[in-house]
Amino acid sequence: MYSEKVMDHFTNPRNVGEMDDANGVGTVGNPACGDIMKLSIKVDDNDVIKEVKFKTFGCGAAIATSSMVTELVKGKKLSEAGDISNNTVSDALDGLPAVKMHCSNLAADALQAAIDDYKKKKEAK
Amino acid sequence: MSKQIYFDHNATTPVDGEVFQAMKPFLTEQWGNPSSIHWAGRGPHKAIDEARDQICEFLGCSSVELVITSSGSEGDNLAIKGVAYAKKKKGNHIITTKVEHPAVLNPCKFLEREGFKVTYLGVDKDGMLDLDELRSAITPETTLITTMFANNETGVVFPIKEIGAIAREHKITFHTDAVQSAGKIPINVADLNVDLLSISGHKLYGPKGVGALFVKRGVRIVPLIHGGHHERNRRGGTENVAGIVGLAKACEVAMRDMAGESARVAKLRDRLEKGLLEGIPALRINGKRDSRIPNTANVAFDFVEGESLLLSMDMLGIAAASGSACTSGSLESSHVLNAMGVKAELTHGSVRFSLGRSNTEEEVDYLIKEMPSIVERIRGMSPLWDTKAQKGIELDFD
Ligand SMILES: Cc1ncc(COP(=O)(O)O)c(C=O)c1O
Repeated sequence: MYSEKVMDHFTNPRNVGEMDDANGVGTVGNPACGDIMKLSIKVDDNDVIKEVKFKTFGCGAAIATSSMVTELVKGKKLSEAGDISNNTVSDALDGLPAVKMHCSNLAADALQAAIDDYKKKKEAK
Repeated sequence: MSKQIYFDHNATTPVDGEVFQAMKPFLTEQWGNPSSIHWAGRGPHKAIDEARDQICEFLGCSSVELVITSSGSEGDNLAIKGVAYAKKKKGNHIITTKVEHPAVLNPCKFLEREGFKVTYLGVDKDGMLDLDELRSAITPETTLITTMFANNETGVVFPIKEIGAIAREHKITFHTDAVQSAGKIPINVADLNVDLLSISGHKLYGPKGVGALFVKRGVRIVPLIHGGHHERNRRGGTENVAGIVGLAKACEVAMRDMAGESARVAKLRDRLEKGLLEGIPALRINGKRDSRIPNTANVAFDFVEGESLLLSMDMLGIAAASGSACTSGSLESSHVLNAMGVKAELTHGSVRFSLGRSNTEEEVDYLIKEMPSIVERIRGMSPLWDTKAQKGIELDFD
């Protein structure tokens, strides 16, 4: 039911983990639904995402989308990263089964949450 | 895929070799309609007569009390709607439980839309029913109690005989869905105080698309399928001859082999549970351990999601099932585990291992050997798990 790309990202997820020096962290999801994703980013002074890591509790699709979004944003400017939607992520994985589209496809939401967190922290300085 | 290990016998079982051999003539040369009086019908007619006797022997009933169905689902529907409508003048209240299979829950919900009242009894944390609660749910309007024999997810066995005694005391008709107990533990309707009992062929090494419903003499049901005189006017349709013969053979094999086989499978199941509990932290067994069918282990792997586990296991050729929303097709996690009060995030990480005839000690040991690293890998990705401390993390977010 999953594409080869999804299975590849599920079996060999990229950028798993957390960072001590992250300057933006976003957590989205809901344990009751069975999906929680935590995305950490390190943004440099030129607004470029230098490092990104994820941790996800969820099904194969949730893990694969998390992994894929980290690949998509690494090295991107914040403004470009902001354009990535959940659909961008599922397209990059050659699609997801219909039932997974709204429950497990939340990687871009986690990214947005991390970017918001970064911006909030920056303003607070 | 090199290995193929099947731990999903509660989903379905392979057709037994003896069953297939018994069925074959009725898919080839013995193709006649059993209702025909001519030569083509005689063989099939005799075959289903004998098959019925065999199924009745398995259930402990007489042949007038047997209705052949197309499935467990049909048997449950026929029993529940059939009795509810037949007794409509007497009352409109039905009692069931929250942990039934959808084949029972959904007919009940349908009847609610039709104006019936349904009480869904809860269960305790071990998945067990409280008989006092059942007693106090009974009203003068109650016409039917339907509770499953063994739960398909946890394997928990309800005290059917005691429930039946309560029903008798109040002159209420009692149906039990015995789909998951047939072939695993002895069933004898004469000992059980049941009025109706449904079974399904494909759960006991018979073919798919055939089942049986015991309807005690004197219990009236309204048919779902109006048609010819088949099944004593309780279900129209030319008989599924091969299917009925297959179900009968499956019953015969089960009766012959059950005692030894159930003891063997119970040992394997206990080995599996012990091995997993010893090898993996933060793990629990769901369901009352001393009141279960022998083949089922429902294991909660805390802080991981079940589908991820199933996918990883599948890569090693190991087949099992999960209470995770993601594997149910409905986006809802197991209603059975929810009714047991299992915390939502933990219902997602529950895996059902259901063993059967093909399983060996080597297979169980392979699972025990492979499972810790699978769980470790998935937990390593989980924001809810602290790998260093080997324990859960309370996440705090909006
Ligand atoms: C407890 C229970 N009842 C009913 C059914 C439905 O049986 P069938 O698949 O034959 O319709 C099942 C099968 O999943 C079951 O486990």
